[in-house]
Amino acid sequence: MSQSIIRVNQLHKSYITGSNSLHVLKGLDIDIQQGEMVSIMGSSGSGKSTLLNILGILDNYDKGEFYLGDTLIKDLNEKKAAWYRNKMIGFVFQSFNLITFKNAMENVALPLYYQKVSRKKRNRIAMEYLEKVGLTEWAHHLPSELSGGQKQRVAIARALINNPKVILADEPTGALDTQTSYEVMELFHEINRSGITMIIVTHENDIAEKTERIIHLKDGVIEKEYKQNHSIRYA
Amino acid sequence: MIDIDKWQEIFHTLKQNKLRTTLTAFGIFWGIFMLVIMLGAGSGLENAVYANLGDFSRNSMFIWAQQTTMPYKGFPRNRQYYFEYSDKKALEQNIPEIEIVAPTVNGGGYRENTLLVHRHKKGNFNVLGKTPDENFIDPVILEYGRFLNEFDLKLNRKAVLLGYRAYEELFDKDENPINKYVRLNGIYFQVIGVYKSKHSGGWGENQNSQVWIPFTTAQQVYNYPNRVDHFSIVVKPEFEVKPVEGKVMAILAKRHKIHPDDKGAFGYNNVGEEFKKMNGLFLGIRGLIWIVGIGTLLAGIIGVSNIMLIILRERTVEFGIKRAIGASPRKIIGSVLSESIFLTTISGISGLMIGVFIIELVNNALPPESEMFRNPEIDFQLAITALIIIILSGMFAGIIPSRRAVSIKPIEAIRSEN
Ligand SMILES: Nc1ncnc2c1ncn2[C@@H]1O[C@H](COP(=O)(O)OP(=O)(O)OP(=O)(O)O)[C@@H](O)[C@H]1O
Ligand SMILES: [Mg+2]
Repeated sequence: MSQSIIRVNQLHKSYITGSNSLHVLKGLDIDIQQGEMVSIMGSSGSGKSTLLNILGILDNYDKGEFYLGDTLIKDLNEKKAAWYRNKMIGFVFQSFNLITFKNAMENVALPLYYQKVSRKKRNRIAMEYLEKVGLTEWAHHLPSELSGGQKQRVAIARALINNPKVILADEPTGALDTQTSYEVMELFHEINRSGITMIIVTHENDIAEKTERIIHLKDGVIEKEYKQNHSIRYA
Repeated sequence: MIDIDKWQEIFHTLKQNKLRTTLTAFGIFWGIFMLVIMLGAGSGLENAVYANLGDFSRNSMFIWAQQTTMPYKGFPRNRQYYFEYSDKKALEQNIPEIEIVAPTVNGGGYRENTLLVHRHKKGNFNVLGKTPDENFIDPVILEYGRFLNEFDLKLNRKAVLLGYRAYEELFDKDENPINKYVRLNGIYFQVIGVYKSKHSGGWGENQNSQVWIPFTTAQQVYNYPNRVDHFSIVVKPEFEVKPVEGKVMAILAKRHKIHPDDKGAFGYNNVGEEFKKMNGLFLGIRGLIWIVGIGTLLAGIIGVSNIMLIILRERTVEFGIKRAIGASPRKIIGSVLSESIFLTTISGISGLMIGVFIIELVNNALPPESEMFRNPEIDFQLAITALIIIILSGMFAGIIPSRRAVSIKPIEAIRSEN
């Protein structure tokens, strides 16, 4: 029996710049079950990143509700937000966002540092995860010495090390060539098979096709969403 | 436990721009260094001046007789008169503020020397008739024997207390002079003690070259029946010296038939006032040192705070990423604060150490009897105060920037670069 890991009711979000207010998310309803692999598509400016940042508690929202598991995530103080990000969520960015002066292993181990795991232990665990993404030999290299695909795999290992419930990836293959993109997607599938919910923002059809459920955003509302069996359901 | 990651970060950011880090650290270094050097110099000056004053009673005055400057009661002006021993009682009885009145008579006149002979050694020294009270007014260090006592005075004893220079000239090195006899003005005196002055410089030299005999004996030997050359007067601690001055002169004027307005008939020296002026001066110097020192330090702190702000702007993305993977605000603030504290502490402590080192160097290079500058020192408490100021200022310099680091949303921090 499955249960919701992410539930969003009538989510609204506006950006206020100066005297202008831009209404980006206009009442979204999304329910994602534990263990699903979902992609979010939509044209540029449709609000994909905005949604993902809210789901990752990197940004706040104006109206509606967002449940992470059973917890209502609303107006958290920064300390609590940090705790949820650390324990529940793994984030993968288009631009990798590795710490430049830490080597691959240290980058992967960083989330455990914030859980006060000893250096020895967290480096050992980091090595395990680097092995999973096939980068054991690159453990002691700085990000500047790695290729784009390698960097993204380090970032994925970092997102995984905490055993998160959800991995949120904002255009994880956006900076990679097709071959590398497919490798990354293969990795995501593997992760998903271990029971971790995956939400991937992309505008590449072939990438989205590799997920079991696709949500299309347009102008801040869900335009359509369909399962992998292509039975299209209009919102 | 040493947090390697934390130190790795601190060194990384500080190494990012070595020149900038060095200049910032130098600001703090210079502030502390100057504070230490100035405080050391101030204390050196102060110690030199106070060493010159020895343990001289700070609540005292001198008064001596000069020629009158006004005719009075049939006496012409320019009359030479002398104080008398009986003035002591009159002053003590009529002025309740007075604690001690100690008379001194100069053997052979003011700064006239007398020949002293011990066996084949001899020398000319300034002989003074003193009372036991003298040791409460301007204490000396006894190298041998004892000070004058009441019996020496009552019995007109031929007892002599030698200044250290006189002892060195009249006796062999390390010879015990006690109970030996020296010839003074042709009369044999028994040595009861040898003293060393507590004053430094010329004052100490002068005192060490004196020879003290009982006041009564001096009057007899030099044939000055009833003559006092000066009175040293100590006022009780709860009173000021200044108001007593006038009362003393009024009584002495009346007793010696001097015009009540004839201030010129007296020579006087108010040590209490001198001390007050000196204390005021040093208080001013110290205050100035702290103002300048704290100002310099503050400039350094502002420099650090500024640099932290700049470093923070450069690290905005990094902090955003860290917050996205679960760094608590406390971790971020702690990381900025420890960096700023590290920078200020390291540079502050080097300023402190190099400052103290230089002061020690100067201290060792100084001649021990230097009159201008003596024992410049930074006391331990002051060093600790400075250290606490450094560390607090490190925190202060880091607080504003670190608050900023967590005040923006993590996503804004991450995106700020693009
Ligand atoms: N911090 C911000 N301040 C103001 N406006 C913003 C901000 N972030 C995004 N926007 C605006 O909100 C809208 C949605 O942006 P969002 O980044 O969510 O789009 P997206 O779907 O991720 O687009 P893309 O495919 O180009 O990444 C855009 O019009 C964008 O200009
Ligand atoms: Mg986007």
